[in-house]
Amino acid sequence: MQFGIMSVSDITRDPVSGHTPSEAERIKNIVRIAVHAEEVGLDVFAVGEHHNPPFFSSSPTTLLSHIAALTERLVVTTSTTLITTNDPVRLAEEYAMLQHLSGGRMDLMLGRGNTAPVYPWFGQDIRQGLPLALENYNLLHRLWREDVVDWEGQFRTPLQGFTSTPRPLDDVAPFVWHGSIRTPEIAEQAAFYGNGYFANNIFWPKEHYQRLIRFYRQRFEHYGHGTQKQAIVGLGGQAFIAKNSQDAHDQFRPYFNEAPVYGNGPTMEDFESMTPLSVGSPQEVIDKTLTFRDAFGDYQRQLFLVDHAGLPVDMVLHQLDLLGEHVVPVLRAELESRRDPEAPANPPSHADLVTAKYGDESPRQPRPNANRGDNVTGGSPYQDSETAVSEYPTL
Amino acid sequence: MTDYRLVVVSAGVSDPSSTRLLADRATQRVTDLARERGHAVSITTVDLRELLQELPAALSSQLLGPRFTRAIDALGAADAIVAATPVYKAGASGLFTSFFQVLDNDLLIGKPVILAATAGTARHALVVDEEMRALFAYLRALPVPTSLFASTEDWTDTALGTRIDRAARELVLLMESGFARAVRDDAWGAYQHTYGSAGGTELDIDLDSDMMRLATGGSLRTSAEDDPFDPRRA
Repeated sequence: MQFGIMSVSDITRDPVSGHTPSEAERIKNIVRIAVHAEEVGLDVFAVGEHHNPPFFSSSPTTLLSHIAALTERLVVTTSTTLITTNDPVRLAEEYAMLQHLSGGRMDLMLGRGNTAPVYPWFGQDIRQGLPLALENYNLLHRLWREDVVDWEGQFRTPLQGFTSTPRPLDDVAPFVWHGSIRTPEIAEQAAFYGNGYFANNIFWPKEHYQRLIRFYRQRFEHYGHGTQKQAIVGLGGQAFIAKNSQDAHDQFRPYFNEAPVYGNGPTMEDFESMTPLSVGSPQEVIDKTLTFRDAFGDYQRQLFLVDHAGLPVDMVLHQLDLLGEHVVPVLRAELESRRDPEAPANPPSHADLVTAKYGDESPRQPRPNANRGDNVTGGSPYQDSETAVSEYPTL
Repeated sequence: MTDYRLVVVSAGVSDPSSTRLLADRATQRVTDLARERGHAVSITTVDLRELLQELPAALSSQLLGPRFTRAIDALGAADAIVAATPVYKAGASGLFTSFFQVLDNDLLIGKPVILAATAGTARHALVVDEEMRALFAYLRALPVPTSLFASTEDWTDTALGTRIDRAARELVLLMESGFARAVRDDAWGAYQHTYGSAGGTELDIDLDSDMMRLATGGSLRTSAEDDPFDPRRA
């Protein structure tokens, strides 16, 4: 079971001190937070993608490759990568590059993005959000698995003889999660390809997420990727921890009350009783998190939202200390002891995917042929291609 | 002899409330008429002011508290509805419209409804027909032809009793017709639903759609048969 944190990348005024961090400050601090996540023993750092203020994370692969360079074990990922407004060709290239630079310590989670004005900034239309997401992933999937792709779809210019470079590390595509909270088609796509499914598990009662996760598990089995228990499920959640329940509530309340996502809506206590939010002592957070497994079955990744709503960086770093010291070790032991042996303990790592593809053989290392100006002639621009053309006509 | 479930939704906030009074008079008439015709009626009353505390969360985060959930369950199972509101500033009360705006679009499809409003002046009389009717048309509910409206002077006028009688009779006839149930049984799929809508009951997923084909590696482009110039055509 992997534990980690996910950041929305919001730059929010601290309602207690009145301080609004600059972009420079927040970007420096997110790196500290990510590095500290590894120091306290967490496994995963995820960052969102946004293209409007007050968010800073427009370029997740740049941030994540920097974080990967500063860490040893941490898996870097996204929460989420916009599969709608990004060209899947650019996604294939950028995330393959991140995969190389991080030594395979990465995966990514795809999401649609629900901010309508962002779509036209990238030449798209939110009314086509769902077909865009589905079609773009279909292309992305092929770009990482076929050296040369011919492709024609509804939304982007056709591709003839296109090769996405660099080829994925060891010629094994990065593991992909599909994030969704209300769209059966996305769960179906995750199941069809045998990819992971992630529910943010933040805003709604658990029943809401249960239905789609159950559907995803059933369809994963239907498509022959394994049993329902073997499907790869990830969950979000948010926690605020203090030594005792009262301190946690007192410290978090001003941030909750003014948080852009909940501000002026339900009370914190209502939100705690109706959603997966846990505010309290380590034991309370542990107890609440354990209910996720009861609701959704054995799952492989738990990400907590800890750095939002204007919480100052020192408080966030302290939250990580508490998570790493008092919460996650207990959760690891508890969840491992309860896990059905049929269910995987972790989502597939790069090493797992390499073994699955090659067994004991050494992985393919693509080496390009000399430049001939196109990819169209012959089967592949790489030297190991069986159908490579060895001689070219000269004029 | 059939057992009918009638749900009364009242947005009156004072106690006693004239809105609730109008709703109760209509409900009593519906019950009497149904009984005369050999039916039993069970009544659930949803006093919207009791949902006020849960309303901010419902509006801002779609988080439904326990009272909202009970109200929605009752409406989903209802054979007929009486919906009554006071008129404020020339419109149905904000509480009333907010409540119906939170409901799933398909929760009330085909259900017969008596629309009723109260006001301090007869100048608000058209609020029922011009505003509330539009809201229920959007929800594809079936408001009865006779609208109920009572301003201060109507409470002493026997004509109000006549209109209540008319509306109640219309509601009973529509309820007896079984229209809402027939729509649900015969044509439910022809309406637009979202996953988990209709109060959380609409959970079927249509696997045979263009989007599902696209989700499983298919293409949105037209098939060769649709295009006479497609080179793929034999």
